[in-house]
Amino acid sequence: MQFFGGSEISPSPPAPTAAGNNAHMMYVFNRNGVCLLYREWNRPLWTLNAQQDHKLMFGLLFSLKSLTAKMDPTSAEKGNLGVPQLPGQGCSFHGFRTNTYKLSFMETPSGIKIILVTHPKTGDLRESLKYIYNLYVEYVVKNPLYTPGSPVRSDLFNTTLDQYVRGIG
Amino acid sequence: MAAIYSLYIINKSGGLIYYKDYGSAGRMDTNDSLRVASLWHSMHAISQQLSPVSGCSGIELLQADTFDLHCFQSLTGTKFFVVCEPGTQHMESLLKFIYELYTDYVLKNPFYEMEMPIRCELFDINLSQAVQKDRVALLGR
Repeated sequence: MQFFGGSEISPSPPAPTAAGNNAHMMYVFNRNGVCLLYREWNRPLWTLNAQQDHKLMFGLLFSLKSLTAKMDPTSAEKGNLGVPQLPGQGCSFHGFRTNTYKLSFMETPSGIKIILVTHPKTGDLRESLKYIYNLYVEYVVKNPLYTPGSPVRSDLFNTTLDQYVRGIG
Repeated sequence: MAAIYSLYIINKSGGLIYYKDYGSAGRMDTNDSLRVASLWHSMHAISQQLSPVSGCSGIELLQADTFDLHCFQSLTGTKFFVVCEPGTQHMESLLKFIYELYTDYVLKNPFYEMEMPIRCELFDINLSQAVQKDRVALLGR
């Protein structure tokens, strides 16, 4: 599968490991922290309203990134804690797991952040996130009517996404 | 090559009470380790708020590009976390073992004040033995 600059979506998405819908929700943020897309499939618990929830999620990822950049045990030059990192700069992370959910995270060089929250037993979803990013490029970025930085309202993208996520094990 | 890079213990309010480095590049200074520890405390709490289902008890494993962070929270809110190489196995059992050492050598020490930095010689000795043993086991595989 091509990740950057691919004009075609790979014909066979990464093979889902098991049948059934394990995904809880998904967020897409741009580099300014605007929530471009929020989809939920199975979310019984809401502790905050939608806007606060998105802000908290973005804040968590931002802080976790500065934490991992500072903690990186393989490099000696880490800079100061809390200094904003450019995409691809410093040590980032690709996911975390709690007892009730697993969060997978991907950041593109342009600062788009894709977050997928699934069942804690799901495997490595990095390839799936790349595939979702390809869907985003195909259905959203290449849409001439789409204004960059505005929330995504594309039924075609949503249905394709739903279909794909349903297959993730 | 170290399998375990460092170990942190934070009390229930997020204060660092124990920090041991086992050979990461560019050792963190005291201020930074305190900041990182309290930052982890807040991230742990926020992750519980964002859970899509109820009953979440915070991050257990954080997978970064160059390391894994395993966290164990005791019932009283003390958090133990190790930074290790990506994909290192059996860290949960090591953390549980460290917790046992903590209860034995720190909590049962009559001179130890709760929630204060840990300065117990016996704990240090037994901890370094445990980590050493873990390392040998990792190298043996």
